[in-house]
Amino acid sequence: MIPTLQSYLLLGSGIFCLGLFAALSRRNAVGLLVGIELMANGVNLNLVAFSRFTGLVDYQVFALFSIALTVAEVVVGLAIVILIFRHHRSIDTDLVSEFEG
Amino acid sequence: MSLMPYAFGGLAAVVLLGSFFAASSQNLVRSVLWLGAALIGTAGLFALLNAPFLAGIQLILYTGGIITLMLFGVMLTDREHAVTRQNPSLNPLAALMVAGTFFALLATAIMNTELPVHMKDLNGGTQAVGFNLLQEHLLAFEALSFLLLAAMVGAIVLARRRDAE
Repeated sequence: MIPTLQSYLLLGSGIFCLGLFAALSRRNAVGLLVGIELMANGVNLNLVAFSRFTGLVDYQVFALFSIALTVAEVVVGLAIVILIFRHHRSIDTDLVSEFEG
Repeated sequence: MSLMPYAFGGLAAVVLLGSFFAASSQNLVRSVLWLGAALIGTAGLFALLNAPFLAGIQLILYTGGIITLMLFGVMLTDREHAVTRQNPSLNPLAALMVAGTFFALLATAIMNTELPVHMKDLNGGTQAVGFNLLQEHLLAFEALSFLLLAAMVGAIVLARRRDAE
């Protein structure tokens, strides 16, 4: 039996929700970034699966853009984390409540 | 073709286990390394889905770049805490409920939607990706390169030591 599109989409959603769990429950800011990475990864898997089952190349190009965006986001995120660490000597997200809008 | 279900099952297991431990491990360094396992498994799935270019990009960018960067981040910011001491979660039960509900929602949506059943081959494979990227999506491509430049400059400005001035 060849894996169906449903199985790929379910797998992608599973990864996304594990990432969501990590992003919501982590107290450490780097752990939060790990969760966001996982979420983006699930989305990319869905996009590539759609590309395979529809025969359209646009999905793959979109996944490429998504990968590049995630990389840029992690770079800036880590820079902010390092900045926060320098100010507070800690990256516990509980302590950094002064960013509230 | 007959090996495909096994390959899919094995890679799916690697990805799910990697994601699970990345989300739940109390040791941050281990968490990042499990994330690496999940990302490598996803690269395998990309290859299985006939997207070799994306599989390569995934391996080079994520497992080569992002994992190294994140390990640097962990070790720069957490003195010994992340490595030796435990990282308690914020409110795991509520987070689990939110994530579980969202997964149930997505799963019902996927199971109740009519999706294409058969695989369709791309005309041209990686070559088609290149043409599409540089012809139809040229503006987005240029915007993205500008965004990467902005991210690079932003990261340098943010992480620079101010007291050096």
